[in-house]
Amino acid sequence: MSNEWKTGLQRTEKPNLAKGPEQTRPGPTYTPAADIFENDDTITVLADIPGVKAADLQIDLRDDVLTLSGRASAGTTASESPVLREYAVGTFFRQFTLSDTIDQAKIDANLKDGVLRLELPKAERARPRQIRIRAE
Amino acid sequence: MLVRGVWPSRPSFESYTADFDELRGEMLRLLDAAGAASAFDAGVFPPVNVSQDDDTVFVRAEVPGIKAEDLEISAVRNRLVLAGRREIPREHERVSYHRQERPEGAFRRAVTLPAEVDPEHVEARYADGILTLSLTKAEQAKPRQIVVKT
Repeated sequence: MSNEWKTGLQRTEKPNLAKGPEQTRPGPTYTPAADIFENDDTITVLADIPGVKAADLQIDLRDDVLTLSGRASAGTTASESPVLREYAVGTFFRQFTLSDTIDQAKIDANLKDGVLRLELPKAERARPRQIRIRAE
Repeated sequence: MLVRGVWPSRPSFESYTADFDELRGEMLRLLDAAGAASAFDAGVFPPVNVSQDDDTVFVRAEVPGIKAEDLEISAVRNRLVLAGRREIPREHERVSYHRQERPEGAFRRAVTLPAEVDPEHVEARYADGILTLSLTKAEQAKPRQIVVKT
């Protein structure tokens, strides 16, 4: 029992974005939790972005800077009155600088259950390009 | 505003807790005024938002990356329990991590609802990492128009 308590999932605040480009859309901006790992030929980025639909997510890679920006939708209807509010809905924004050059034609982005999985195959330097998102 | 005498006569446990209650209320009011979203954060995973209309209580929870079959939801009267486990699948062994921030583990959380609900009429949907529960209020908990006889 006590062991289960220790390994249990802890509630962590969505960290507010401290710096970076100023947002034009009003509302809070959060930094999504991310896992980044690589093997010999691919860099993989996983990010928790609950409430973001594929259409509201932009992924951009230029000059070795990867930018994730997604707007979460609250999904509430007009007739509801709030009782308890523990989380706020806003924009997820995060940028990473990639040290390896990425083969931009082979980037794979997959959004499932609020988790983005981005596979960035390493390659020679390529030109900036918008990345399309595959919804699931 | 907290006003106290310099020498309180016979300090009792009740009077101390009353002061803390007052202090807590004041802090929540200030946090609310400052626009803090998490003034009522229970510190338990997952964070939930509860809202209601006349017939239904809505509960939304941020639970990204969980399989729907790993969620266990039960409702009794005005108490809702959300339980489950978030597992992050192991990647291939020969990977090196730059960042590992996404949490995993088991959770079990109780939420007190603003009204009694009918456990037979609970609808649960899981999309984009958000769990949405629509709980129909029990018949006796629904608001009624009362006609004044003249």
